[in-house]
Amino acid sequence: MDQLELEIEGWRAFVEQSPAVDGRDVEELEDHLRDQIADLTEAGLTADEAFLIAVKRLGSIDEISREFARENSGRLWRQLTAPGASDLEQTGRWWRQALLFAIAAAVTFQIAFLAAGTPPGDSSWLVRNASLLVLPFLAGYFVARRRLSWNQVLVTAAPFVVAAVVINVYPFIDGGSTELLAASHLPVVLWFVVAYPYMNGVTRSHERRMDFVRFTGEWFIYYVLISLGGGVLVGLTLAVLEPAGVDPDQIAQWVLPWGSAGAVIVAAWLVETKQRVIENMAPVLTMVFTPLFALMLAGAAVVYAVTGLGGAFNRELLGVFDALLVVVLGLVLYGISARDPLQGPGWMDRIQLVAVVSALVLDLMVLGVMVARIGELGFTPNRTAALGLNILLFVSLVGTAWLSARFLAGQSTFNRLERWQTTYLPVFGVWAAAVVVVLPPLFSFS
Amino acid sequence: MNIDKDLVAASATPLVLAILAESESYGYAILKRVREISDGELEWTDGMLYPLLHRLHRLGYVTREWRIPSEERRRRYYAITDEGHAALAEHKRQWMTVAKALGDAWGGGDLLPVAFGRA
Repeated sequence: MDQLELEIEGWRAFVEQSPAVDGRDVEELEDHLRDQIADLTEAGLTADEAFLIAVKRLGSIDEISREFARENSGRLWRQLTAPGASDLEQTGRWWRQALLFAIAAAVTFQIAFLAAGTPPGDSSWLVRNASLLVLPFLAGYFVARRRLSWNQVLVTAAPFVVAAVVINVYPFIDGGSTELLAASHLPVVLWFVVAYPYMNGVTRSHERRMDFVRFTGEWFIYYVLISLGGGVLVGLTLAVLEPAGVDPDQIAQWVLPWGSAGAVIVAAWLVETKQRVIENMAPVLTMVFTPLFALMLAGAAVVYAVTGLGGAFNRELLGVFDALLVVVLGLVLYGISARDPLQGPGWMDRIQLVAVVSALVLDLMVLGVMVARIGELGFTPNRTAALGLNILLFVSLVGTAWLSARFLAGQSTFNRLERWQTTYLPVFGVWAAAVVVVLPPLFSFS
Repeated sequence: MNIDKDLVAASATPLVLAILAESESYGYAILKRVREISDGELEWTDGMLYPLLHRLHRLGYVTREWRIPSEERRRRYYAITDEGHAALAEHKRQWMTVAKALGDAWGGGDLLPVAFGRA
């Protein structure tokens, strides 16, 4: 019997090496193994034979742990199938591919920037079309990388064409609010379009949607990092060259546009290629910022609940609130996507619930003031867009708060919460599209 | 008879749910029951049951709990939830449709549905 115990011990140590199988799963598998051995010994086999057969029946540990990993999270599975030699060659090819698209985006944007005339940023044409000049290349990069079929390429391209027509044919009144709204909502719409090639055309899969959420969060982090680095570089360049008589505006005009456009694709490439780096960093960032935001939101909710929102409320504050709520939602979404769905409720989930409930209170107050305002002064494009966004956020937050409270109470699974997020996500895209396409004609392009 | 791997995989979820609908159970006993029901025709790689149970738990179809039966070892028991029952009903509906279509195509009408427990 001692010999058998030793053998089981060895087997257990081997299984424990697999990162995807956690301690309890190992215990469960061992329980199974022991049952099987007991049955086989009863049938007349020696302990040794029984062990061998039981292990064989259980199947290859590699296969089991791969299956576990696939189940636990899509990403771990990707880590397990570590790149072999041929994959490394692939990475080299992708690198060139990414660079090609990045350069194409950078050049396009730079030309548009110069063509739009100086002083830069003055032209509303460029403001409206900025995302249309860059994001098609990101979509193109994913189309090439995922090797989509021609039908899927058409599905990807069609929204870009429609958007380009709408945004340039609509007779916007220069500097009007519908133009600004369309310009600010278009990138959101196009980002949702990029999701299609990113998800390989499989838009209904909740897992793929979650992957895209994760991608968005990680892309954002990389983009911010690149921008910071770029900022330092440009600052130093200016400091070095200005005494030599180089015009700083010249540098800004020639470096910023192509840099910021190219970085969009480079960041996407980095997310996919250097995934392990960001995987370690992003959850830490969420872990740091979720409690801070929760604290800030709870404080703000208490302050405004006491003082009331009515007096302080104006357009700027509304913008700040909306930005805050969107950031909170983004943080929550990313936090959910980066979380191990099998873990039970923990303190991070409680903190997240505090953040969500505080955001909900704030949103409710904003909605109250806004409805009162619209009742008094009527609809304008800005108020309509803000009201719509706040209602969408409100519904999303209510669902999130309810489901995470139930999850914390042990009455629901984490999967429900994930599903709610991924099911609701397209609504934001549809709303953004409506603001670009439907709202301007409704308010006669004012 | 060697049953196709894809077919075994496709039938795994409804089979496990149906076994848990009979009564709560644990891994090894579920596998024994699978062999019993299928007269040993359905051969699973034993270990693959556990990732599947994980999935069912994540989806909220089953609950699981460690318990210490008579022996000294603790053991993880699984029980089906209401959602699991609903999922099982949906699986049944789909398999019946497939079975009926196959039955009609092969001219053997009602033979397959009998195998699925409803004539």
